[in-house]
Amino acid sequence: MSDHKDFSAGMNSDARKSPVRVAFVTRRTSAQVKTADEDQLQTYPEVLFRAAVAIELLAIGLAVIALLFNAPLEGIADASHTPNPAKAPWYFLGLQEMLHYFPPVVAGVLVPTLVVIALIVIPYFNINIEAEGLFLKHRTLRLRIFYVVALGLSLFLLFFHVYVALAPTLIMAGFMFLAGQSSPQSPSAFQRYLSAKPLSYWVMTWFLLELVVLTAVGTFFRGPGWSWVWPWGS
Amino acid sequence: MAKTINNYFDELRSTRVWRSVFRSGTGSSTLHRALAVQQNVFLHLFSTKVRRRMVSFSTTWYLGTLTFGTFLILVITGILLMLYYHPSVPQAYADTKDLQFVVSSGMFLRNLHRWSAHAMVFLVFAHMFKVFYRGAYRPPREFNWVIGVVLLLITLLLSYTGYLLPWDQLAFWAITVGSNIASAVPVLGNRVHFLMLGGNQVNANALLRFYVLHCVILPLAAILFIAVHFWRIRKDGGLYSHQTEPKTIVAQTTPAAAALAKDPQ
Repeated sequence: MSDHKDFSAGMNSDARKSPVRVAFVTRRTSAQVKTADEDQLQTYPEVLFRAAVAIELLAIGLAVIALLFNAPLEGIADASHTPNPAKAPWYFLGLQEMLHYFPPVVAGVLVPTLVVIALIVIPYFNINIEAEGLFLKHRTLRLRIFYVVALGLSLFLLFFHVYVALAPTLIMAGFMFLAGQSSPQSPSAFQRYLSAKPLSYWVMTWFLLELVVLTAVGTFFRGPGWSWVWPWGS
Repeated sequence: MAKTINNYFDELRSTRVWRSVFRSGTGSSTLHRALAVQQNVFLHLFSTKVRRRMVSFSTTWYLGTLTFGTFLILVITGILLMLYYHPSVPQAYADTKDLQFVVSSGMFLRNLHRWSAHAMVFLVFAHMFKVFYRGAYRPPREFNWVIGVVLLLITLLLSYTGYLLPWDQLAFWAITVGSNIASAVPVLGNRVHFLMLGGNQVNANALLRFYVLHCVILPLAAILFIAVHFWRIRKDGGLYSHQTEPKTIVAQTTPAAAALAKDPQ
């Protein structure tokens, strides 16, 4: 044995968390055990204090808003006097916008039910857990499926004149197309970013975009008879 | 040396009455701080320790905490509003008017309740998308994600049922538009619509039903699911982080060993 060591050994393990930890050190390598013991905070008082501060800041913010802006109150409910347009609460205006194009059983029942089911099943599919880039494997096949679905969906929305839902769809399809042309070796960082995005990311982002656009259109761009108005007009 | 507030607090904590109420005992050691959480029926939903990285703002944006904050504000302001409100026609509208013009700080109370309700709906959605984009729905947290979806629906229903209570034109027609969607449910549509409103259109029965749902049934359901939601965070191993899953030992070779491995002899 030589007199100087050309390796260093370290050990840092928690016997309670992992009772047995074995490392095999092969002949010409040496092992240095690196387990990062994460820095932890005590729930009481540190974390609860932070939560309390966050909630207090929120309460102050909301109180200021409540002092500055009054909640709306119109005339007493009157079944014989229909306002035009009659609008649902803002978070349902995306749905109401859909109702403008599709029969109630589709826009009011089928679509929301499917959305809720889709949300619930997200964590139960391995494809969403592994979350690998959509076009990294079986590229040709998946691109083909994507083209068919994107084209079908766009034509469907075009056929029913749902331009407000078509625009976000086309934007997302554009990004997905770019993702299909990208790989982890792409020169641009943005393309590498897109290529790593899994199926669930694309579907969810499309849903988020549709939600925002439809809700915004329903809230700000719809006037009497659900006609298109500009929020800054009149 | 003069007594600090801490001294007084310590004395208070060692009194017999205090110790009969709080099971964690006196002292401020790590153990006692852990016990303060673990031995408390409400706080035991949480883990006694949290990774420092998980409480940084960028990890969660505190969206879950803030959503819970809006819920607390809504419960408190809601109970106060209930003191001035009769769920009957046309008294409900008169009470809302009184809240605005007669009751001290009634306007502020109603404003705070309404804007907090909007904030809660917004924050619930924001929380959901943040959790999704972090990938925090992954096993073993999948059921907590499902509970989150249930809480999203409860939040929407809470907001929706509350929308009718002022009994003004805005409320009446928003609920009319919304409840008409229920009629579109195949086969059962009209029955669901009737069950929801207690009639064929929005009327005094609907107001009472929405009031009971808004003030009793849905808040209780929300509290139940929120408790499970919090508890599951602890049971599922704390907040999700990409790097917290146990890693295999990282073998690191020293430069000398690496050179040897690359070029033996």
